[in-house]
Amino acid sequence: MLDIETREYDVVVVGAGGAGLRAAIEASGRGSRVAVLTKSLLGKAHTVMAEGGIAASFGNLDPYDGWETHFYDTMKSGHFINNYRMVELYTKEAPERVLELESWGAVFDRTEDGKIMQRPFGAHSFRRLAHVGDRTGKELIRTLQQKVVTQNVDIFAEVTTTRIFLDRQGRVAGLFAYHRDDGHFVLFKTRAIILATGGWGRMYKPTSNSWECTGDGAAMAFRVGAELQDMEMVQFHPTGMVWPPGVRGILVTEGVRGEGGLLYNAEGERFMLRYDPEKKELSSRDVVARSIYREVKAGRGTPHGGAWLDITHKGPEYIKRKLPGMYEQFKKLADVDITKERFEVAPTVHYTMGGLRVHPELAATNVPGLYAAGETACGLHGANRLGGNSLGDLLVFGRRAGMAAHEYVQNLASLPEVDEAEVRDEMRRVLRPFEVEGGENPYLIHEALQTIMSTYAGIERSGPELEKGLAELEELKARAERMSVDGPLHFNPGWHTVFEVQSMLLLAEAIFRGALERKESRGAHWRTDYPEELPEYGRVNFVQTYEDGRYHIRPEPVPEMPPELARLFEAGVAPGVLRARQAQNGREETK
Amino acid sequence: MAETVTLWVYRGDQHGGEEKPYEVPLMPGMVVLDAVHWIQAHLAPDLAVRWNCKAAHCGSCSAEVNGRPRLLCKTRLDEFVKEGVPVHVRPMKTFPIIKDLVTDVSWNYRVMRQIPPFQPREPAPFTLYQRDVDRVQEFRRCIECFLCQDVCHVLREHHEQEHYFGPRFMARLAELEMHPMDAGDRVGFIRETAGVGWCNITHCCAEVCPEAIEITNNAIIPLKERVADRYWDPIRGLFRRFQKTAP
Ligand SMILES: Cc1cc2nc3c(=O)[nH]c(=O)nc-3n(C[C@H](O)[C@H](O)[C@H](O)COP(=O)(O)OP(=O)(O)OC[C@H]3O[C@@H](n4cnc5c(N)ncnc54)[C@H](O)[C@@H]3O)c2cc1C
Ligand code: SF4
Ligand code: SF4
Ligand code: FES
Repeated sequence: MLDIETREYDVVVVGAGGAGLRAAIEASGRGSRVAVLTKSLLGKAHTVMAEGGIAASFGNLDPYDGWETHFYDTMKSGHFINNYRMVELYTKEAPERVLELESWGAVFDRTEDGKIMQRPFGAHSFRRLAHVGDRTGKELIRTLQQKVVTQNVDIFAEVTTTRIFLDRQGRVAGLFAYHRDDGHFVLFKTRAIILATGGWGRMYKPTSNSWECTGDGAAMAFRVGAELQDMEMVQFHPTGMVWPPGVRGILVTEGVRGEGGLLYNAEGERFMLRYDPEKKELSSRDVVARSIYREVKAGRGTPHGGAWLDITHKGPEYIKRKLPGMYEQFKKLADVDITKERFEVAPTVHYTMGGLRVHPELAATNVPGLYAAGETACGLHGANRLGGNSLGDLLVFGRRAGMAAHEYVQNLASLPEVDEAEVRDEMRRVLRPFEVEGGENPYLIHEALQTIMSTYAGIERSGPELEKGLAELEELKARAERMSVDGPLHFNPGWHTVFEVQSMLLLAEAIFRGALERKESRGAHWRTDYPEELPEYGRVNFVQTYEDGRYHIRPEPVPEMPPELARLFEAGVAPGVLRARQAQNGREETK
Repeated sequence: MAETVTLWVYRGDQHGGEEKPYEVPLMPGMVVLDAVHWIQAHLAPDLAVRWNCKAAHCGSCSAEVNGRPRLLCKTRLDEFVKEGVPVHVRPMKTFPIIKDLVTDVSWNYRVMRQIPPFQPREPAPFTLYQRDVDRVQEFRRCIECFLCQDVCHVLREHHEQEHYFGPRFMARLAELEMHPMDAGDRVGFIRETAGVGWCNITHCCAEVCPEAIEITNNAIIPLKERVADRYWDPIRGLFRRFQKTAP
């Protein structure tokens, strides 16, 4: 018998961001016994930081919007390597999921006629993002949190998972975790696991991500045989804060541009008119980020290496009402009054489009009983995520994962067994950093990793640079074998960092391997040695597996759209935009 | 040599502890949390601190800087350097310490579970106007940093956690009570279980709130009025109840 805390559930959800909470609500609502595990306190997950809004095609302001147009925008911005079926489900279901939030107590900003307000955002054809000022993520997570505490769900806050256990038949059987407060271990025996652990933006610097975004879930799953896809696709948000140094990377919501903010280079030129004359500042993120990067490289950057963002022309009252958080953030942290002054912005790592390859309807990975939803999963966003499409993703696929995991548990013939020897191994592994003497400092290994990733696998990539980065990563991995920590088991952040660094190192290599394999430029992936987008690469996703310490990569065909969906692209403009134009013309003719 | 600043950081746990000095290189615009991170990376890897967003969105990094409850990620160091005063960083006093700057705030989560949830009067989509939701949105700005709970003397000095939910949850209750689409009735609960009567309107909570929520004026006083109406002035109470349920 093992002498550690042991718990038993039908479904264990790892992660209490939007995806995890939505999944837990669904699975427990259907009758599964559910636990939610989170590295931080309830309501603090990375999701809380989301600002701009949730994309859902209500058409409250623009009646020609609809799911087909949202579908069109999402596929197009993803450069057509998205899983079309996920995009279809997502764009059809998002409005329902947002209304569900309203009925659970969320209070969105309103239109004049009393409906949910929608704001414009980069590369969305219409005003589409339901929002609450610039704190939409908080509204979403608070609403789900307030819902989940009324259901019969056990919440394990500040509990970190380090390993997934499978039974002899390769099915999910359990999880190993420890309590951060006092360091004691827990074994969760469970029939199904839903990973909702978010992305891995902390691998880079600057980054807009919270400390939690270290890819633990994807890494744990990869180690037990789950497949990763599109790992080369890392989103740089065009506008992070630049100055002072302490705030570098903190997000400046796209809402600033959505509400009318304009970008200028050091010479006072509105350069987006040159890079994308049609969508200008509201072009997709990959395009705007690259444009700022190019301006800086060409010597037209601001004093601290960015571009100017200016919204002063909207007037103080409007700015304070629509962007209160931004106003506060700049005033407090940078001594800048954005109602009076322009400010510096530069690209910051923001989102990881790649992740666990899942079944589009069931959110199931290739490992029986293992599900994934939210940023840690892959398929919806393709080569570039549209703003507002993540929060919707969490709701739509969180719910679907909860449903599917519940179904799976119902149909499970026998209870999977955890092998005790594996649990003992994991206990030893987790304690090892205390035994290594005078080893490497995990914080400094993390910093070194951030430098490697930002230098060699950043916004601009090339074959030779990627090779160099990969070689440096291998050296760092060797050093990281000897990470060591001192002090007690209880609330010891140095020790906690060890596992996060291990997760990031594992996934970092997959990013390099994916980036080397994709010999073209597409969406967020820009290779100077292959600057063109190539049709043959538009037909594949790169899928990676991990066996005995080795990475295997293979191309998988992108699922082909059925004719009724493919037809949406024939006109070369979004269906809703076309309808709006026709209506406009009709009106003009009758005049 | 770069300019440095000395931070006195509390190190200890439930068995006791003391403030220890750490010298940290100063960077422009640095916040206390940056300094704590620098200490972790270079001097004391096991120094415990909570944080998530470093942008004043999540409410994790609550502590006391020179005796005042604050968010570490929103407290600039130059504030103190300019004045030439030493910087003392300690955990919130109202909650039991876990280690260093981290306290056990689980009581708040137990309170949260007791609050009767939103009960929609009709299925969404709702027709609601901005002016009807402004007040509710003010309360929903809360980042659950629990700094107001930390400062409230009913909890901090008198330890009335058994009887009073504290300002954070008064704001939450007010948000539900003032939601135009909510059909619940929590007045009895607010009086009996949540203990609104314990608050004696000192306004300290509103003063420390990083989201500038007018907790006392906009939440607690109106809740007290509802309770008073119901229990001491039944006719006005009925009238209010009627107003609330009328479409
Ligand atoms: C500043 C900012 C603004 C944004 N704005 C928008 C926006 O306006 N619209 C939009 O659509 N998207 C936005 N995004 C993106 C979006 O917020 C995220 O992609 C999304 O919130 C991710 O949610 P998630 O549920 O997948 O995971 P997260 O919210 O990242 O949650 C992950 C959870 O997993 C837990 N976890 C991780 N590892 C472990 C482990 N080992 N053990 C136990 N628990 C673990 C964490 O504790 C956490 O609870 C924004 C992102 C940022 C950074
Ligand atoms: S006003 Fe009331 S709730 Fe606020 S600190 Fe004073 S006693 Fe506590
Ligand atoms: S009301 Fe203000 S001080 Fe209290 S928890 Fe919320 S944000 Fe913090
Ligand atoms: S770290 Fe999120 S509020 Fe300070």
